[in-house]
Amino acid sequence: MLELRDIHTYYGAIHALKGVTLTVREGEIVTLIGANGAGKSTTLMTISGVTPAREGSVTFQGRDITRQSTDKTVAMGLTQVPEGRMIFPALTVRENLLMGAYLRNRRDDLGKDENYVYELFPVLKERRRQPGGTLSGGEQQMLAIGRAIMARPRMLLLDEPSLGLAPIVVENIFAVIKRINEEGTTVLLVEQNAQMALQTAHRGYVLATGEVILEGSSQELITNPSVRAAYLGLD
Amino acid sequence: MLEQQLVNGLTLGVIYALIAVGYTMVYGVIELINFAHGEIYMFGAFFCTTFIGAMGVPFYLAIILAMAAASLMGVLIEYVAYKPLRSSHRLAVLITAIGMSIFLQNLAMIIWGSRPRPFIQEAVPAYLSETAVRLGDVTLTWLHVFIFAVTFSMMIGLNLIINRTKIGTAMRALAQNRTAAQLMGINVNAVISFTFALGSSLGAMAGILVAVYYNSMYPTMGYVAGVKAFAAAVLGGIGSVPGAMLGGIVLGVAEALGAGYVSSLYRDGVAYAVMIAVIIFRPSGILGKAVVDKA
Repeated sequence: MLELRDIHTYYGAIHALKGVTLTVREGEIVTLIGANGAGKSTTLMTISGVTPAREGSVTFQGRDITRQSTDKTVAMGLTQVPEGRMIFPALTVRENLLMGAYLRNRRDDLGKDENYVYELFPVLKERRRQPGGTLSGGEQQMLAIGRAIMARPRMLLLDEPSLGLAPIVVENIFAVIKRINEEGTTVLLVEQNAQMALQTAHRGYVLATGEVILEGSSQELITNPSVRAAYLGLD
Repeated sequence: MLEQQLVNGLTLGVIYALIAVGYTMVYGVIELINFAHGEIYMFGAFFCTTFIGAMGVPFYLAIILAMAAASLMGVLIEYVAYKPLRSSHRLAVLITAIGMSIFLQNLAMIIWGSRPRPFIQEAVPAYLSETAVRLGDVTLTWLHVFIFAVTFSMMIGLNLIINRTKIGTAMRALAQNRTAAQLMGINVNAVISFTFALGSSLGAMAGILVAVYYNSMYPTMGYVAGVKAFAAAVLGGIGSVPGAMLGGIVLGVAEALGAGYVSSLYRDGVAYAVMIAVIIFRPSGILGKAVVDKA
């Protein structure tokens, strides 16, 4: 469904991605784990066309989207939930959700999708008239995910959804990620919380200094000695 | 005397407000003080008289056409001069805006000459100069009524666009987080163009109203008006649309009172004094939020 082939991305003179190749098949949850600065977020921003690749190709559903503008990629059904949530703080929760549906057809029944998001995250319904900036960190993460769901994506890119959240909130959010995947949305999940990510994902890639150093099924990665030592903090 | 000064001040104030919202909206979406905005205001007045004088278009239609032409011009300026610098240092864009302002002033001088010229009086409906209301010592002409009616309905319309429509919500979203707006699939360039179109049409309307009110227009008229409207936007809190409206009115009234009670020589001085006072005592403006300087 999504294929990155030998991607090189630069920030000015900084060579952030040095030939990243990865594949996500339809229906999968694939995780991208790695330390700070490994290039995980850059990979997602490259896919979304915010920082396009200088070399290599990104293909989504058989179409080359390497240098495509973000709005066209979103229109194809590939939506990102960015790191740090990036909700619109002065827009109400409801307005935030409607911005997620920005490219949806005017005649679509957005109310149905809105209710679906409220079903996934009931707290958002209570807060729907509140500015997004007044929400707690966990609620903002829920809003960021809900906002992306409003686009009815075929595939979701999630950047560190567990960052800075209490364990119980993380459990809740990962349960929702699993649920929307089971309902048909493919997921590429970037995480520093490798434990949680590998428990949820089918397969994974390990990224270090802009390169894929390991790949395999979650089971293989969990039992891999170097992953256990470096990313899971186990012997 | 006081009442008449207040009327004059309010008239001027709502016009400043109309220009100031253009500054503040553009600042909101791309964090640029668009110094060429005063020139859009000037071109609005000249476009209007050109439509009337050279093509015989009726007054009200000429106003609408001039606003449309100015919108187009605003969009074009952004596309040609500011968009290529979107990822450059903010100072580069600011200097470009100042250069654009000087360029447009000189362009107007080449096209229309540098001397002040009157608005085409024959084209202005005669009833506008007749008295509409007389309350004690205060006289309101139909032109006053027209100015208030136009500016208030435009302010209300603008508020509805910004707060109730999809594109208006996208403008606010873009102002709050550009990357997130982009990731929602919002076409950032289109929204920025829309913002320039909207601000420019209001600025052009202000220029036309001033040209009719004072029966005078000249290529450098946008400079002082632009600086004052900028002061109004700063006074209200740059980036805040209601703030710009309020700032314009406060500034207009302060100026008229200063001119009436101190000396008309201090008219412009009052505006600058207000701006300096705001920058010293409340840099975020009346309705603005304190922001960290991102320069």
